[in-house]
Amino acid sequence: MSTRLANGGRLLNRGKPLEFTFNGKHLRGVEGDTLASALLANDQMLVGRSFKYHRPRGIVASGGEEPNALVGLGENGRFEPNQRVTTTELFDGLTCASQNHWPSLEFDVGAVNAKLSRFLPAGFYYKMFIHPRPFWKHIYEPIIRQSAGLGKAPRDRDQDSYEHFYAFYDVVVIGGGVAGLQAARAAGAAGAKVLLMEQTPHWGGRAPVDGGTVDGQPVDKFVDEIVSELETMANVTLRTRMMGAGVYDHGYMLGYERLNDHRPDAAGPRHRLWRIRAAQIVTATGAIERPLSFAGNDIPGVMLASAVRDYVVNYGVSIGDRTVIVTNNDDAYRTAITLKKQGLEVPVILDARASGGGALADEARALGIRIENGKAIAKVKGGKRVEGVAICLQAGEGAVLEEVKCDAIAMSGGWSPVVHLWSHCGGKLLWDDEKAMFRPDVDNPPTGADGARFVLPAGAADGEMHLPRVLENANAAGRAAAQAAGHASKPGTLPVGETQDEAPITPVWMMPQGAGIKLRMKAWLDYQNDVKVSDVQLAAREGFESVEHAKRYTTLGMATDQGKLSNINGLAILSDTLGQAIPQTGTTTFRPPYTPISLASIAGPARDATFQPLRRTPMHGWHEANGAYFEPVGAWRRPYCFQKAGESITDAVQREVKATRDSLGLLDASTLGKIIVKGPDAGRFLDMLYTNMMSNLKPGRCRYGLMCNENGFLMDDGVVARLDDDTFLCHTTTGGADSIHAHMEEWLQTEWWDWKVYTANVTEQYAQIAVVGPKARKVLEKLTDDDVSADALSFMGWKDITLAGITARAYRISFSGELSYEVAVPASQGRALWDALLAAGKEFGVTPYGTEALHIMRAEKGFIMIGDETDGTVIPQDLGLDWAISKKKEDYLGKRAQERSHMTDPTRWKLVGLQTLDGSTLPDGAYATADGTNANGQRNVQGRVTSSYHSPTLGRGIAMGLVLNGPARMGDVLDFPKVDGTVIKAKIVDPIFYDKDGEKQNV
Amino acid sequence: MSEAVSALNGATDEGFVRIAECGLTGMITLRGDLGAAKLKKAVKALCGVEPPARGHVAMADHTAVAWMSPDEFLLMVPYAQADELCAQLDQALAGEHALAVNVSDARAVFRLSGGDAVREVIAKLCPVDMTASAFGPGQFRRTRLAQIPAAIWMPEEGVMQIVCFRSVAQYAFDLLKNAATPGSEVGLFS
Repeated sequence: MSTRLANGGRLLNRGKPLEFTFNGKHLRGVEGDTLASALLANDQMLVGRSFKYHRPRGIVASGGEEPNALVGLGENGRFEPNQRVTTTELFDGLTCASQNHWPSLEFDVGAVNAKLSRFLPAGFYYKMFIHPRPFWKHIYEPIIRQSAGLGKAPRDRDQDSYEHFYAFYDVVVIGGGVAGLQAARAAGAAGAKVLLMEQTPHWGGRAPVDGGTVDGQPVDKFVDEIVSELETMANVTLRTRMMGAGVYDHGYMLGYERLNDHRPDAAGPRHRLWRIRAAQIVTATGAIERPLSFAGNDIPGVMLASAVRDYVVNYGVSIGDRTVIVTNNDDAYRTAITLKKQGLEVPVILDARASGGGALADEARALGIRIENGKAIAKVKGGKRVEGVAICLQAGEGAVLEEVKCDAIAMSGGWSPVVHLWSHCGGKLLWDDEKAMFRPDVDNPPTGADGARFVLPAGAADGEMHLPRVLENANAAGRAAAQAAGHASKPGTLPVGETQDEAPITPVWMMPQGAGIKLRMKAWLDYQNDVKVSDVQLAAREGFESVEHAKRYTTLGMATDQGKLSNINGLAILSDTLGQAIPQTGTTTFRPPYTPISLASIAGPARDATFQPLRRTPMHGWHEANGAYFEPVGAWRRPYCFQKAGESITDAVQREVKATRDSLGLLDASTLGKIIVKGPDAGRFLDMLYTNMMSNLKPGRCRYGLMCNENGFLMDDGVVARLDDDTFLCHTTTGGADSIHAHMEEWLQTEWWDWKVYTANVTEQYAQIAVVGPKARKVLEKLTDDDVSADALSFMGWKDITLAGITARAYRISFSGELSYEVAVPASQGRALWDALLAAGKEFGVTPYGTEALHIMRAEKGFIMIGDETDGTVIPQDLGLDWAISKKKEDYLGKRAQERSHMTDPTRWKLVGLQTLDGSTLPDGAYATADGTNANGQRNVQGRVTSSYHSPTLGRGIAMGLVLNGPARMGDVLDFPKVDGTVIKAKIVDPIFYDKDGEKQNV
Repeated sequence: MSEAVSALNGATDEGFVRIAECGLTGMITLRGDLGAAKLKKAVKALCGVEPPARGHVAMADHTAVAWMSPDEFLLMVPYAQADELCAQLDQALAGEHALAVNVSDARAVFRLSGGDAVREVIAKLCPVDMTASAFGPGQFRRTRLAQIPAAIWMPEEGVMQIVCFRSVAQYAFDLLKNAATPGSEVGLFS
């Protein structure tokens, strides 16, 4: 059983006990524990069930590579699934629960899958559930979803805050082990601005656990000294609890800082995502130990040898009293020596190498530990816990020579440098045969825009496993990075590391080497996704020869740990099965983030009130206070209508239309785009932009214009006012303000750069209010001494006036068909004018109206709306707007496109009015059917509805639509089927339903 | 003339820095040939400062000129005088191809004060190097503040000014307020 030792635990503060719960069980740990060490100290070996077979699983590792020990952490607004216990710092009051089991961790019904595992090999789902097709969606998938999967998604709103931080450095060093520390020191000494980040709360990495000396003193002493030195350097920033999550193009990288995970009640954000630009990045990310693939290697109590050592040295926790060591390299002997020195038993070290180990083996032997060279584990005895091992020859097929009782197994299959961050942005890898590892190919690094290297590996991440070489390598990397960032330096004094020499590793990908199928089916590669040696071999046999295919077929490396422990072992098995060398198989792609980061940290400030910018007009506050039912229009919120108490939305809209047509309405039109275009070539420029002529517009006058893109399609419309000889004001649609301004600038900057035209987007400078209805002039006259009569300010004219004491510009334009003035005032006085108009209009029953009333009134008049009548495929000619297309102009944007055969095809659908025979309202977007069916067996169509409303003015439904030969078919009746199967019949009519002669607006 | 009201009517917040909406500021967009003697002279006459170099802002007591783009300056003037000064510019630049337009009401201006920590608040929201050696008084940076366009400059050490569009003033204020929440200090610039 695992337990807390009486002594040891360099990271612990034993004087500070902490309480926590696991599956409701109250447990105790101490300050400095990770959740993993605290669980183990309480003999909680079983921590979860596996993904597919629901096998009992325990903690395997001590760091971010942990595949098994995932828990649901916290509760309610702080619940988060799939949290690795090895990277979770213990705090007082922590609550967590294991995952993927039902009804309980100890007794799990899903474990029946394990009994069926022979029938659930790789690709089982693909093969089994393909037929019959409808079964997947309705039967198979829901059941599989229920039984598979890890943690549950949180139900409550996240109660913490998160933020971003932008930072800029010459050199960023990722990893605060001895390599990272030395690299940062070298770069800092050269004068570079350096950021050193370490994902754990502690500096020094695993070197203090592994032993050896630096400059004659213990490694942790060296670590303390170098950290103190770095802290005094003004140009070096040190951050712990910050992981290098990803490396991207141009020296961009993400640092994931976990500020409050270990103190959830502290003030400030929980996570901060650093968005960093670095001239050079040093990856001092260390290495990860590989498991060995023997039968039963997933039983709780089987652990990486380095992790067993970490728990003893760092946390004073032993995994068992009797630990069998199994290895193919010298490093695992360190674990044996550590355990023995702690007074724990090591019954045997199984060294798969026939020739055995070096100096460390001698040391272990001298301590009296039995060492068996050339031996291996045939299988592990036990179910929910290790009970013993059956020993065999590594070279054989697994015939059991001997059984040894033990309660823990420490395994080491060698070390893989953490090359993830090196690889994120294209760094290549080399297979090092001697060390049996992929390490960075420093001649093929990630390169920046200048083609030069911007990432360097350092220390173990560069494949250097020997302390003296680690320090030399890291020092060189730090100096080289600083130099590349413009800070050359002379070589300083290098700390000298000393540690035992090691005998070479012998790669062991399967244990024993000739294991039969029964053993291979119990030899796990990917713990989290339940992929075994036999699955990868099956994939290879079935033709999934590419490592990327084999990965997806077997799901090897596709779990939340992204195969940190399994990838190399898996591709070695694949290579072996295919009979090719490992480098020929290659690796799968390493993608950011290195380990999962919170989604909330990615969102950063984009939540709640700051989820996205919400644009408000100067009158927005009034709208909010007066029953506005808002609709989004771009980033604006515009009132759709203003509801009175007890009034439905439909009723409000109908009331607003009637009140405006009968007397007086007010519309907040501030969102309309307004662009100043000025210069000697402004007229010529607008003649190119609009389909009609603008250059001959007289100052003081307005003209409606259409804008098309180069393909001839209608993209915006609006009223242009000529302010003076040189200056025009172009109104755009609300949504078009920014894009049309950009469109103008693009043409001016790229094609007509020699034309003398300047533009300015003044959309937000003005609040604009449409004063609409028969009483519009009367209300203005109450507020101004200026002459706004029909003669002084005629239809399609504009005039500067003083209105309610405010400098204003009144445009006499109408989108409703009523007498109408659009009045623009400085935005900061918009609310004042709105209030003044409401007060002055009271006697006329002034009625603020929203966008829906605006839409109805324009539709009654047959005015088109960009986005309703247009959809990016409609040209002005389709809409009967030929009158707005100049025949005189030599050119305008879209002209040539509109002359192409398809655009002049007489069968293009054209705009007409549609009047239902029964007075009902057509569904928006409904199609008019025609005889026969098309090649897909669908009904042929001959038109569609583009706008449809109930008109309160006419008391019936009105609609516009695009119809085949429409304008020539006045009076024809079309069928519009509804989704409920019934059909509405509608007659083709003129699109202008109301006041065709314009008598109402022209008074 | 009825009283003009800025977007947030001078709202303030006290976090680990002080945030204040500055109220109405006169602003004139001037587009033209920034190298032309006539334009330079007109700008100097109006604002009392030599026009700034690229990426900079030239400041006097109540005026400032900011470099916006290779053909655009932003002139900051007292709000009440913006129209009149705009007309003066037009006159001074008669015959030149240039555009001067009053955009005072299209903008919201914020002021952060409270020492080096103002740099942190900006660094949480704008992708700009806020190290003192990289950005300081006299520099002017057009950038983005989270999801909106903005420009920043420092009238003096320990003070940051931000200009954005008026319609998104509340969004900008909320962002700044959150970024300056006590307990969220990064501690990088002090």
